[in-house]
Amino acid sequence: MNWLTVTQRLLEGFGVTCEIFLVTLLCALPLGLLIAFCSMSRFAPLRWLSRTFVWVIRGTPLMLQVIIVFYGPGLLFDASSLPRLTAVLIAFIINYAAYFSEIYRGGIENIPKGQYEAGQVLGMTRTQIFFKVILLQVVKRIIPPMSNEIITLVKDTSLARIIAVKEIIMMAQEYITSAALIWPLFYSGAFYLLFCGLLTILFNRIEKRLDYFRV
Amino acid sequence: MAILEVQNLKKHFDSTEVLRGIDFSLERGEVLSIIGSSGSGKTTLLRCLNFLETPSEGRIIVDGETLFDAADPATQQEADIRRKRLRFGLVFQSFNLFPQYTARENVMLAMQLLAREREDYRKNRQAISAQIGETADRLLDEVGLSDKRGLYPHQLSGGQQQRVAIARALALNPDILCFDEPTSALDPEISGEVLNAIRRLADSRHMTMVIVTHEMGFAREVSSRVIFMGDGRILEEGPPEQLFSAPKTERLRSFLSAVLQA
Repeated sequence: MNWLTVTQRLLEGFGVTCEIFLVTLLCALPLGLLIAFCSMSRFAPLRWLSRTFVWVIRGTPLMLQVIIVFYGPGLLFDASSLPRLTAVLIAFIINYAAYFSEIYRGGIENIPKGQYEAGQVLGMTRTQIFFKVILLQVVKRIIPPMSNEIITLVKDTSLARIIAVKEIIMMAQEYITSAALIWPLFYSGAFYLLFCGLLTILFNRIEKRLDYFRV
Repeated sequence: MAILEVQNLKKHFDSTEVLRGIDFSLERGEVLSIIGSSGSGKTTLLRCLNFLETPSEGRIIVDGETLFDAADPATQQEADIRRKRLRFGLVFQSFNLFPQYTARENVMLAMQLLAREREDYRKNRQAISAQIGETADRLLDEVGLSDKRGLYPHQLSGGQQQRVAIARALALNPDILCFDEPTSALDPEISGEVLNAIRRLADSRHMTMVIVTHEMGFAREVSSRVIFMGDGRILEEGPPEQLFSAPKTERLRSFLSAVLQA
């Protein structure tokens, strides 16, 4: 079992890991904003619906959600079950959108009322106030909690194996049973370290870029 | 004709009556100071004038145009309110500068957004932008901050931030400039520079102003008229010499002695 074939197998698994990561991020970021707006809506039923949804999603394990999305349709409605990767993606997007929405909400609600009022008395529209005044301040405020959450997402992708999606750890673990090798497992850890390290550098850069003003 | 007329203005929040019928008018170029203890409704009155609160009753008339009439829903349409707001400028107690913009950009922002709605904006973009830049520089010069135009709010002292806020409020050329306790968030030794800036607006521009303030000395010196409020009503009104030297009501007498002792 040479190093090169292990690397190849692990890269295959890492591709799946990256796919889960990227698709989840790309879909959950905007969906989270939508949920955040619902959670702050003046229309009470929508607000409560949205907050209950967030409570349920954040209050139950992601692993459970993955299992339910995969087996649920078949067992509950006699529908054919989703492809494994699709089921994982759906569960991850919903889960992370709920988490992101709370980060957005915290960021938006923490902007002092005076910022909105200053925009209003200058004759700005609600949209102008949001995009020209509020948004960048929110972005600056949510970068630290967001980077935390996104780094957690990198590692959470390993939960996909619970329904046998072949992400990197599952690939590495196969060597334990097939060849009694533990080092591929450590090796897979290095992939995560590298990935998270790069993300940390990226987020630090973004923070630096926004360092020119204080909120 | 009066530039501003406020008639029977009332405002309640749920069951709390904050304004119980305010009537006053203001001539162009007049400086009106509003004094009174906290909770007397001064700030709410200012916020009503700037459409940050909707009065429960009453009318606000500027230069003959009824901007607000609680009995006439036609005057309360969201789209119009934006335009009507521009009749007034407001300088906040806590400055409320936009932190991500420099002093100059803070002054320019509203002008730029408004200019985009002009029909000739696309055609004359550069000329309009240049003009806006010039206006901003002139206003910052007027409040003595020419050398600070490139700095961000957190790089400025409280007094400088408040002067930027004054320049920003002047940018859209309001008929009436309102101040909500403009020096309350400042150290006493810094208040002077802000008060001086306001004084200059009165002297050189003859700006019509409504100033809610706790600075009695300043109110006395700069105002053409003073209103003393309590319990959501105007309790006393007149030229500053009269109110400060010969208060008629017991309430004002005890208010003044309490404030001057502090």
